[in-house]
Amino acid sequence: MKIGVLALQGAVAEHIRMLEEVGATAVPVKKVEELDDLDGLVIPGGESTTISKLMHKYGFMEAIRQFGEAKKPIFGTCAGAILLANRINGQEDCHLGLMDMKVERNAFGRQKESFEVDLPVAGIAPDFPAVFIRAPYIMELGENGQVLAKYEDKIVAARQGHYLAAAFHPELTEDARIHKFFLDMVKEYRADKVQA
Amino acid sequence: MVQVGTSRVKKGMAEMQKGGVIMDVVNAEQARIAEAAGAVAVMALERVPSDIRAAGGVARMADLGIVEEVMKAVSIPVMAKARIGHFVEARVLEAMGVDYIDESEVLTPADDMFHINKKDFTVPFVCGARDLGEALRRIGEGASMIRTKGEPGTGNIVEAVRHMRTMQAQIRKVQSMSYDELMAEAKNLGAPYELLEYVHKNGKLPVVNFAAGGVATPSDAALMMQLGADGVFVGSGIFKSENPEKFARAIVEATTHYTDYDLIARVSKGLGTAMPGIEISKLREADRMQERGW
Repeated sequence: MKIGVLALQGAVAEHIRMLEEVGATAVPVKKVEELDDLDGLVIPGGESTTISKLMHKYGFMEAIRQFGEAKKPIFGTCAGAILLANRINGQEDCHLGLMDMKVERNAFGRQKESFEVDLPVAGIAPDFPAVFIRAPYIMELGENGQVLAKYEDKIVAARQGHYLAAAFHPELTEDARIHKFFLDMVKEYRADKVQA
Repeated sequence: MVQVGTSRVKKGMAEMQKGGVIMDVVNAEQARIAEAAGAVAVMALERVPSDIRAAGGVARMADLGIVEEVMKAVSIPVMAKARIGHFVEARVLEAMGVDYIDESEVLTPADDMFHINKKDFTVPFVCGARDLGEALRRIGEGASMIRTKGEPGTGNIVEAVRHMRTMQAQIRKVQSMSYDELMAEAKNLGAPYELLEYVHKNGKLPVVNFAAGGVATPSDAALMMQLGADGVFVGSGIFKSENPEKFARAIVEATTHYTDYDLIARVSKGLGTAMPGIEISKLREADRMQERGW
């Protein structure tokens, strides 16, 4: 399985390390052509405003929408989750709009309020070390979405078909279970395509 | 159990800034220009380094009114500078809610022997370094991010290049050493042994390492990225240039695509004049900011 990590800005190397650890081939993606032979894509944490501007500039918005519409799995962490959402609280427009959810940016306060906590993640881990950094949360999740984790009653991880979103940063830990879960999603959707 | 401001959370914040450009700003308007150009963070200051240099006298923490104005103007992280060793300025900035503190040689040091014990804070710190020993001493004190010192406010990249090359060469050397050589090397570099051991095993610093101090053009930013920087600080380089918006956008793009020369050529065209530069040898010893820090 070949999984790309969008490498316009943010924690790219950490995702590549984790994906390789669970047995995927992982490559950084800086140009739209590099999406062509991928089975899945990770949109990493970083600054969502910066990544979004560069995505617009280099034609990634349309290319990643097509990638998603071709049923290729996409995993967004933190800024990546914001980029996937179709609604952002307090803003009129969204970025990719691939996942039916409303997100709030910097929902847990500024950097000095950033924290880590062990959370149960449904079907993945009873005690995942979740690192929240100026993190968003999911205020509303569409009916096709499945809540995977909550913190203080706020949704912080969710899946909708072949899309996966986490408000926290599994790539900053030594725990590869969520990356393993994503790799399994990629395998599942690829198997479907091969059959079809 | 919920833990706030852990080492992982503080270092992680810097990881999220990688591949990005952090820009010095002195008011809300500049902060908005920086954010619109794609900056990953802004550094709120009263004066950019070249103006601090020109003004002389004692440079202190910025007017907190400016820090607050900048924090209200943008949604990206806001950094601010405290004087070396001035832990009260740092506490005040932390209380204000700034996202990162730069214990910076650009300001006049408040302590001529000791730096701030940065481990005590929940807000992360970035510190300047010229070589591996200095970087590891700052990390030992709790810095979550390192940047080259370069020579701030000069628009001259030569010192930043020297500092980055020195650090990378020392990292390669430590990585190839045998275990028996490490303790003596820790003594030579003035570096904590455990952190040197980390460098030996991993071939990199335990925190993110940015370039700073002299970046004035898109090519300067790309050069620093190719020399191993994780990202770039631009101080005077943007708002002392002829066209700050264009310079800011071009430096952001060159930092992302630092090996794509066609792209760098395209974004560098028609930018207008970069900030005026200063030849390092023309600076008096006492005016060299990089000498500050211990």
